[in-house]
Amino acid sequence: MNPLVVSVLDRTIAAGTPLLLATLGEILAERSGVQNLGMEGMMAVGAVSGFMAALHTGNPWIGVAAAMAAAAALALLHAFTAVILKVNQVVSGLAVAMLGTGIAGLIGKPYMGVPLPNQLPALRTPLLADIPVLGDILFDKDPLFYFSVVLGLALAFLLARTRWGMRVRSVGENPAAAAVQGVRVSRVRILCTLAGGALAGMGGAHLSLVYSKSWAEGLTGGRGWIVVALTIFTLWRPLRAFLGAFLFGGIFVLQYVLQPLGIPTNLLSMLPYAATLLVLVLGGLSRENRGRHEPAALGEPYMRGER
Amino acid sequence: MRIEVQVLPRQGTPRFFSTGLLLASIAAGLAAVGVVFAMAGVNPFYALYKIFAGSFGSLYGLGETVTKAIPLILIGAGLALAYRGRFWNVGAEGQLLAGASAATWIGLNLALPHPLLIAAMFVGGFLAGAAWGCLIALLKGRFGVNEVISSLMLNYIAYELITLLITGPWKGKTQHGFPYTDDFAPAAQLWLIPGTRIHLLTLVLALLTAFALFVLMRRSRFGYELRVMGENPEAARYAGIRFLGVSAVLMAVSGGVAGVAGVGEVAAIHHHLSAPTSISSGYGFTAIIVAWLAKLNPAACVASGFFFAGILVGGDAIQVSLGLPAATVQVFNGMLLLFLIAGNFFLANRLVVRVR
Repeated sequence: MNPLVVSVLDRTIAAGTPLLLATLGEILAERSGVQNLGMEGMMAVGAVSGFMAALHTGNPWIGVAAAMAAAAALALLHAFTAVILKVNQVVSGLAVAMLGTGIAGLIGKPYMGVPLPNQLPALRTPLLADIPVLGDILFDKDPLFYFSVVLGLALAFLLARTRWGMRVRSVGENPAAAAVQGVRVSRVRILCTLAGGALAGMGGAHLSLVYSKSWAEGLTGGRGWIVVALTIFTLWRPLRAFLGAFLFGGIFVLQYVLQPLGIPTNLLSMLPYAATLLVLVLGGLSRENRGRHEPAALGEPYMRGER
Repeated sequence: MRIEVQVLPRQGTPRFFSTGLLLASIAAGLAAVGVVFAMAGVNPFYALYKIFAGSFGSLYGLGETVTKAIPLILIGAGLALAYRGRFWNVGAEGQLLAGASAATWIGLNLALPHPLLIAAMFVGGFLAGAAWGCLIALLKGRFGVNEVISSLMLNYIAYELITLLITGPWKGKTQHGFPYTDDFAPAAQLWLIPGTRIHLLTLVLALLTAFALFVLMRRSRFGYELRVMGENPEAARYAGIRFLGVSAVLMAVSGGVAGVAGVGEVAAIHHHLSAPTSISSGYGFTAIIVAWLAKLNPAACVASGFFFAGILVGGDAIQVSLGLPAATVQVFNGMLLLFLIAGNFFLANRLVVRVR
């Protein structure tokens, strides 16, 4: 097969992985009823702290762990204001997004343009990696990609088929009824928001440690917002996140593919953002469909004693 | 022994309490910003001192603070209106840029005498900002597109479009290859108070806007409808308030005044269109906090806009003296917003702590 096609698909997977990780995180938070608009900040904080930790310890795995912890700490802020203080989730999410991008820019400044010596090694899956074409694209990849795939499948199963999943869904659909059943609404929501933030952090770590192998201010480039849009596009279902994330991964790569055609770069850089709008408009055409899948209590703080 | 914390709703809040709470929230927010500075290896006391000395501590600094307050008051007042209707416009940055580009085109291409040309630039800038804003209302009303996402995406798109214009078709022939448009003729430039960069005309427009939007919100039928829409969407539907209609007007006003802010920046400060990040140093985002600090009261945005202009000017000062990146201001924005909304919690509730 054409080597260009192979390398484009290879980059598509790499560009889609952070989107997939963060989208799964946002799906989890939103299924429990918490809208987290702070994803852009969490990805940025994850990207920079992952890079710093990997650089200083020489171990990229510690980088991934640091990224998840830092982003989860930011998610804890959002969970605190949104779930405990019950303030408006849109405003809280915006505040966290700004804070995260600000902190990332501030602490990351000395690391701009620093090369990363220790990278996450690609793992060749035995046998499968030898399949022509597909082997290179899907089975000779960084560990976070495999993890994101397993996680997507696992999350789909857990949400749909287990007691744990039912609890999460009940808290997002009808928290009052869930509370009557003995589910601790706030605790479930806080944990889901934290886990979602940690996944955004891992997505950020993928950006700085695998995708670009460096840190730059604005590295996330709106991906955190695209993730929020993708969550709507997926109708809050983890399996559809694969489609959305790798579709947008492809759009990010498409910019570079089309560059030799002489199209101005600025028009090409617009692609992911225009595509996001398009996807949301298309989703809006079948609004009943969306209404059916949207968690009924999404964005609604739960007040005990109210019905 | 057990400690029990109970949250109870508060009945009626005296004025001194809500003012005190606001000040306490700001103080706590600034303290938290200090913690972030310390974590980044910057002495927080020195940084905060530098910021306020840089903005309010000298006549020059004060002039710069007023200059930067102009766009913040304009945009903040428009956002206060939008947020009252629970329409989360975070696209003021794009709307400002739309206004700046329209004004640039008019300023460079229409041969009119000075007052007429300036008027045409302001009208054109308002309309461009309003159109860019209405798009968001249309997408939401017609297709149910989340306005936070669409307005941010339109920001990114505006950034790219302007960069395309200034490096392509609009690139100035007299700018020695720099990515700017040609400079405006004197007829297209705004008068500045000598010795400062304060463009008096836009400042007056900003003050009038803040007052006019306050009256619009409190005294007009439209203001009533938008407040009902914000406080109780169900009731708004039953009362026959049309969401698309109200939000389109809302976004035309909120986007339009952001466009006017853009006109002021190009006609008074830059005299040409250049890179989006130099035309607006994040005014569209900072204005979000300006609106919240003013408790979504457009008139109060005059005060909160002035305060945040100080932080922007001081932020510039410490960026230079301490070598901090431009993102530093975002730390202020995010942290103060977080503490402001957390403070609102204590406005509505009180904590009762019992030890048993």
